[in-house]
Amino acid sequence: MKYCLGIESTADDFSVGIASFEGEILANVMDAYLPEEGGIHPREAAQHHSQVAAKVIAEAFKKAGIKPKDITVIAFSQGPGLGPCLRTGATAARALATYLKVPLVGVNHCVAHIEIGKLVTKAKDPVTLYVSGGNTIVAAYEAGRYRIFGETLDIAVGNCLDVFARSAGLKQKKGLVFGAIVEKLAKKGEKLVPLPYSVKGMDLSFSGLLTAAIQLLKEGKHKLEDICYSLQETAFSMLTEVTERALAHTEKPEVLLTGGVAANKRLQEMLKVIAEEHNARFCVVPKEYALDNGAMIAWTGVLAYKHGLTIPVEKSMVKRKWRLDEVDVPWVEEAFGGAD
Amino acid sequence: MLIKKGAEANLYLEDWHGRKVIVKKRIPKKYRVPNLDEQIRLYRTIHEPQLMHEAKKAGVPTPTIYMVNLAEKSIIMEHINGKQVKQLLNQIPNKERARICKRIGELIGRLHQRGIIHGDLTTSNMILTSNNKIFFVDFGLGEFSNELEAKGVDLHLMKRALQSTHYRFAEEAFKAILDGYAKVVGNKNMESVLEKIREIELRGRYIAERGKEK
Repeated sequence: MKYCLGIESTADDFSVGIASFEGEILANVMDAYLPEEGGIHPREAAQHHSQVAAKVIAEAFKKAGIKPKDITVIAFSQGPGLGPCLRTGATAARALATYLKVPLVGVNHCVAHIEIGKLVTKAKDPVTLYVSGGNTIVAAYEAGRYRIFGETLDIAVGNCLDVFARSAGLKQKKGLVFGAIVEKLAKKGEKLVPLPYSVKGMDLSFSGLLTAAIQLLKEGKHKLEDICYSLQETAFSMLTEVTERALAHTEKPEVLLTGGVAANKRLQEMLKVIAEEHNARFCVVPKEYALDNGAMIAWTGVLAYKHGLTIPVEKSMVKRKWRLDEVDVPWVEEAFGGAD
Repeated sequence: MLIKKGAEANLYLEDWHGRKVIVKKRIPKKYRVPNLDEQIRLYRTIHEPQLMHEAKKAGVPTPTIYMVNLAEKSIIMEHINGKQVKQLLNQIPNKERARICKRIGELIGRLHQRGIIHGDLTTSNMILTSNNKIFFVDFGLGEFSNELEAKGVDLHLMKRALQSTHYRFAEEAFKAILDGYAKVVGNKNMESVLEKIREIELRGRYIAERGKEK
């Protein structure tokens, strides 16, 4: 049996996953940095990662029931993400690869989200909506790469929800993040307050929506529940509209929802409707694999390694701005069996 | 007869008093709450014909509007016989492609000069007819604006559409479009829109150049 160990550390999560070459996930251990106040401070998050790295790696081996010497290849998320966080994960990966004398694979974080989503939901060729605190992307495979059909022109939808929640004075804790709190409040909302609905072609803009929602908070004329409800309805309708456009355009057989915001039941419901209308199967990635996780890096590491895409340690610099559509994904065509 | 089920509306090819027409009907979207859904569909059904009419006055061919039904959120318009530029661009020689792209640029320039923002500039929303006219359709996401920002986003979307559907020759095609655009609005105006596009691109996530500016 061959195994790949993957390290994810693009933002607030430090996570290690172990995948077999056959696509079995043996371990997926996470440890998240939770700021006391405000957003992610890159340096503090990186310090958190370096403190927990050894413990998380050891736990992953324990969970998987294998020994370090059983590892064939080490993968790490090479980008995109926060520099200090990426470098911490990369350092751990390089050390492991050098010590174990195994090859190193640099994985694109966004590609990994799609690949693990395909693995666990058995989707073959989906339109993917990837929504998190750092990303808002509608992508689908076309001629060798995942092409970006739509994306945010400014901030990510998760970021929009987080900043709004913080402005409303809400506090998140382990196990109950801002997105979940807003979702809970939104359920109790009844009145739709008009907010800017900003769809530009297949791209989106959330900054104006965020400003307007914060303005409503300040005015104090509406219940917080109603603002949460209106914010969610507006933001998610925008996301669903552009996903439907990509689906109508590409005529793909599946819709894959992933990323941290994928846990939101209202968003799931909306996407399910459009998937059904276009005779596509709706696949939502389970939370464990939808949040930033090491398993996705390990599995994508397997795919890349099988295509010889390893990198020498001295050329393994992190790429903070590495776009999804810059990455060749030769394994996708192969999975189609050359039919396309 | 339903000919296209889009994300935004359904298109039907119908016979209307002896004419071949397109009926564009914005059907309710079940995923949106009814209130928001009604607002969006009504707004777009009102604005789209207005924009198309203004575009025609600016010298940009668009289908003639025959009737608007706000209760049903439907628009009846002329059916344009021709080829979708999206398909066409991939089939023709480089020189011909450059000519069409330049023409597209001129038409976008005319729109922008009159403060019309198309809102969804893609090659699937352009039709080339047999008498060599390029029709612009689908103004559903458009708006009236004279702001540089709006014009910049409009052209940025065109660029992105080229990159996703015509990645083999996206760069040349966009260059030709800018040439045509400059011919109408002037070099100086084109340069300032181009500058704006750069700024918009740098606002996006994970853009290599953004790191360099810090």
